[in-house]
Amino acid sequence: MPILEFREITKRFGDLVANDRISLSVEAGEILALLGENGAGKTTLMNILFGHYTADAGSVLVEGAEVPPGSTMAALAAGIGMVHQHFTLAGNLTVLDNIVLGTEPLRALRQNRAAARAKLARLAGDFGLAVAPDKPVGDLSVGERQRVEILKALYRDARILILDEPTAVLTPQEADDLFATLKRLTAKGLSIIFISHKLHEILKISDRVVVLRRGRIVGAVATAEADRAMLAEMMVGRAVTRPSLEPMAAGAPVLELAGVSVFGGHGPALDRVDLTIRAHEIVGIAGVAGNGQGALAGLLSGLSRPDAGSVALFGETLTRFSPRDMVRRGVGRIPEDRHASGVVGDMAVWENLVSETLSDPPASRGRAIIDKAACLDRTARLIEAYDIRCEGPLAQTKLLSGGNMQKLILARALSPEPTFILANQPVRGLDEGAIAYVQTRLLEARRGGAGILLISEDLDEVLALSDRVAVLYHGRLSGPFDRAEVTIQQIGLMMAGHAAVGSGARAEPAHAD
Amino acid sequence: MQIEPRAHVSLWRAGLAPVAAIAASLLIGSGLILWAGEPVLNAYGLLFKGALGSSFALKETLTRSIPLIFTGLAAAVAFRAKFYNIGAEGQLYCGALAASFFGTGLIGLPPILMVPFLMLVGALAGGAILIVPVLLKTHLKVDEVVTTLLLNFVILLMVSYLIEGPWKDPMALGWPQAAPIVDEGVFPKLLARGRLHAGLIFAVVAAVLVWALMRFTIWGYQIRAVGHNPSAARFSGINVERTVVRTALISGGLAGLAGVSEVAGLKGYLTLDLSPGFGYTGIAVAMLAQLHPIGVIASALFLSAVYVGADAMSRAANIPTYIADVLVGLSVLAILVSVMLTRYRIHWR
Repeated sequence: MPILEFREITKRFGDLVANDRISLSVEAGEILALLGENGAGKTTLMNILFGHYTADAGSVLVEGAEVPPGSTMAALAAGIGMVHQHFTLAGNLTVLDNIVLGTEPLRALRQNRAAARAKLARLAGDFGLAVAPDKPVGDLSVGERQRVEILKALYRDARILILDEPTAVLTPQEADDLFATLKRLTAKGLSIIFISHKLHEILKISDRVVVLRRGRIVGAVATAEADRAMLAEMMVGRAVTRPSLEPMAAGAPVLELAGVSVFGGHGPALDRVDLTIRAHEIVGIAGVAGNGQGALAGLLSGLSRPDAGSVALFGETLTRFSPRDMVRRGVGRIPEDRHASGVVGDMAVWENLVSETLSDPPASRGRAIIDKAACLDRTARLIEAYDIRCEGPLAQTKLLSGGNMQKLILARALSPEPTFILANQPVRGLDEGAIAYVQTRLLEARRGGAGILLISEDLDEVLALSDRVAVLYHGRLSGPFDRAEVTIQQIGLMMAGHAAVGSGARAEPAHAD
Repeated sequence: MQIEPRAHVSLWRAGLAPVAAIAASLLIGSGLILWAGEPVLNAYGLLFKGALGSSFALKETLTRSIPLIFTGLAAAVAFRAKFYNIGAEGQLYCGALAASFFGTGLIGLPPILMVPFLMLVGALAGGAILIVPVLLKTHLKVDEVVTTLLLNFVILLMVSYLIEGPWKDPMALGWPQAAPIVDEGVFPKLLARGRLHAGLIFAVVAAVLVWALMRFTIWGYQIRAVGHNPSAARFSGINVERTVVRTALISGGLAGLAGVSEVAGLKGYLTLDLSPGFGYTGIAVAMLAQLHPIGVIASALFLSAVYVGADAMSRAANIPTYIADVLVGLSVLAILVSVMLTRYRIHWR
């Protein structure tokens, strides 16, 4: 008997069928990978399993017994544990506090800490998950926090563990550690559902792969019989090839940072960064989220100014920093979060497409009156040129899919033919087709003479698209190194704060904190 | 119960929302009328007649709607930028103070210049009083709801001091009121009989101008963008702080015009009961209009009819005039619910 079974699960949101008669089962001791693009229905299915949503039809069974729908308590009681992509831990509490939180009776006079501590120690020993129980979670690294999340589920006697995009925030080494942990868990008889869209990870870790597309299961294969191309095609529905970097000689410098520091709330967000980007060149910035990428992007978007050091564009040192100045000087900017700062969702497509150049003719007259006809004209041309699928220039922007919203931003940033492009997470959350499109456009811009700074938390993306790679750790930049000069292991070490390696790197140790 | 967003908000639903809200508020209000011991249809009949049933009633309703259009516009503009100006009442009195200061003999101009001049200084005064709250918001993140609301009381005390003291009209037989506006500054009457004055035209023109500002100009675009998503607005190059300050000045100016209009158009002199809360009712006007400047005209007329009609109803039947406040409150609550229902669908299970 399978330990977990979904029977004919269907869930609708209005006209959208998020899950369409999904039936699948998980055996004890198995790692099942759930593969699918954004919006394929993975998260909906897991939310149904965990009781966040109620299915319109179908049932979930654990060891043959139906789990009452719509109850997280029932899911927990049935032994289902979830490790969320964004951790649900309280930073100011200790590891032990976080783990026992919610498991203790509300009105007990005293807590049975000794028993909890013993249980945690036993679990940590059994599964090789070393943690310091009295350390505040806020002081832990991302990998350690994930370990706490897993322990939290194990502490509740979970037998089925769901991991939602667990490697998104890890360095390659941390990901390898995680995979070793998962193997140990399954060896003890736990079952794991591993949600991801990274094919190489799925091939490496899982026993079986189930592929979802548009709410339906489109394939289920044993991992041993699968390969990358086959899974990719199943996931996307057609063969998709991402563009590749063609060799090209770099030109004159377009962006020069010299000793640039930006101070944040706790110490420097950027610490004495030197970086030169030349025409016909993509420099990729790797790093775990929160190591200064935001400060670097904010600076080059014109949202902030350097507290020390100098920034030069096309040989001219900047004295004014504002989004308007950056756009006027020929910087194309792709923001990190298209919903939060890329577009105004409640405004029309045309209003978002012209937003950066609205006060200049022909979009407006006399810096006051909007020339809507001219704007609509321009929008129609850009919709065509960038293949933005929408009802038209007047459509509300929030109705666009993620890929089309990103194309809109791309059209706005690239259509003035900028000579320097800041691409901050340009393909995050996009489906395969849109990723290929965005990357192709960036490579075209590179061919046309633009210098591009690519910031991404996805190391694969950085390696695939960059001529040179640099690593940000605690605001310090290591490199850039020629792509051919560094290995993925070396980059991973630098992402974790170990001393830079390879030629031309700083020899000093990384921050100790 | 589950709430799901609708993919598209159909136009008829959006248009139906205020109508349904008004119907719902009248329906709920009928419970209170029954409680007061009057037949509901009779009471609403009296209300309707008192608001629209005669040329006198109609003129009163139109007259009462003038300050509501101005304060409704003030709220509509500010709320578009998510600047929650609750101080239209105080800004109204600032406009009235300015009109009273310049319009009671300090300056002599022909009517064709005097009326626009008083409106200009009134608008400037209404805007000026918002400078401190808005700068506190943009520079120190001080909540504007608190500062603008509390400023109302400061300004009312100021008015009270002035008309009891230095500005008190010695010809007013001891009543606390300022000297009358000079004849050149008084708004022309629209009709030979009754109190209806040119303020109505100014208010409608203001609504059309605000509509055009929001729809056709870069300023309007910036106000909307900042209101919907300030961080995207900033990223695209809009100076968010400057936009919020500008919006506040426009909003305060519109509220100031309400004060000028009441002093120079209706009363003729400044008193402490110049406004029975027009500044606050303006928020209801704007909400009912869903912040649309032209819709503000319609919703101001409706709320004005409710107030005028309720006055008439309370004179003819044994129902307190406070029913008007209840109906206005209910209609605002109902519009919030019905607007939500146009955007979301509710599933019962």
